[in-house]
Amino acid sequence: MAKVKPRVKLPKKAEKGEIVTIKTLISHPMESGQRKDKSGNVIPRQIINSFKCEFNGKPVFACDMDPAISANPYLEFTAKVEESGTFAFTWVDDDGSVYTTEEKITVE
Amino acid sequence: MRKAIVFGAAALAIVGAGAASFAEPVDDELVIDGETKIITRAKAPEGSPFEEVTSGWLYRTKETRALEADSFENPGMLYVERGEEIWNTAAGAAGKSCAECHGDASESMKGVGAHYPKWNAEAGKPFNLELQINACREANMKAEPYKFDAPDQKALVTYIKNQSLGTPVAIDLDAGEMRAWWEKGKEAYYTRMGQLNLSCASCHEQNNGKYIRADHLSQGNTNGFPTYRLKQANMVSLHNRFRGCIRDTRAAQPKAFSDVLMALEVYVAWRGTGLSVETPAVRQ
Repeated sequence: MAKVKPRVKLPKKAEKGEIVTIKTLISHPMESGQRKDKSGNVIPRQIINSFKCEFNGKPVFACDMDPAISANPYLEFTAKVEESGTFAFTWVDDDGSVYTTEEKITVE
Repeated sequence: MRKAIVFGAAALAIVGAGAASFAEPVDDELVIDGETKIITRAKAPEGSPFEEVTSGWLYRTKETRALEADSFENPGMLYVERGEEIWNTAAGAAGKSCAECHGDASESMKGVGAHYPKWNAEAGKPFNLELQINACREANMKAEPYKFDAPDQKALVTYIKNQSLGTPVAIDLDAGEMRAWWEKGKEAYYTRMGQLNLSCASCHEQNNGKYIRADHLSQGNTNGFPTYRLKQANMVSLHNRFRGCIRDTRAAQPKAFSDVLMALEVYVAWRGTGLSVETPAVRQ
């Protein structure tokens, strides 16, 4: 799956103070840098090296990733929501690319 | 003394029953994303050795079953997305894409995959989706046919079959010579082969539910193919699985899409009549 594409799934609505589950997935080969091609040359490392999630500008969850993480990394975490707002997600690639996506949630 | 023997036999019977019930398919319902109900148990078609046909999903662990119930977590959905790209991309000398003739797959291909393999009068044999796609590529797109199990072939078949998610499998045996192929497939199903001298029926009919090769044997239905297998971390096509099973009996493997495997596909697909298409199913 060559094309890098971020995906996020979370509820559109929640009650005040509810703990919601956030699922994220990015399609990415996560080339570890440990493999060699047919002619014996090292395939250069290219992975998503970090991820962060912010809610209305405040950090919710962040992590660094390492080469042992398999292709298409899937992350699931929870957040307590007190107000309506926007979750912003950021993935950083070894090649400097930054992939972002946003998802809104309404607190009733 | 006689009493002791009787008691011993009773104890054995209890142990036997316990072991058997452990391996039974679970009592669970599959609803994908909380909206698409999947038929995982259906009344067997007339002539089937079973009373009820069951989906392989029922034989998997709780964690694997959960992966299939959420299309976000189902790794096979990445291949569905790739298939959609292929569907909309022009290829071959004619410069056409699938979409150019067939339009929106969510409408034109809805329910289509549930009725394959299908009689193809021109070729004089049943066609599965792989053969149909290749015929279309050659005749209409003037493109190279896909090699067996090329990543794009698997993705496109997965995409097309996914448009039938939830539709019950129903094969038209009245078309052309499908009955004769069904008979050939049935013969293949019950023919013992390989150094282990096993037929398909030895495992999937007589011993389904039991534990073998670190796995629970299912009835071997085809409604979930192409299937995402965690073991391979990849999509596995039906003919790949047929060949894998035959290899495990230590027999010589017939070629993919050969007459014997096409006949087997007709017969095995018929055995799963009534089960919903689950593509991409998630299996161990």
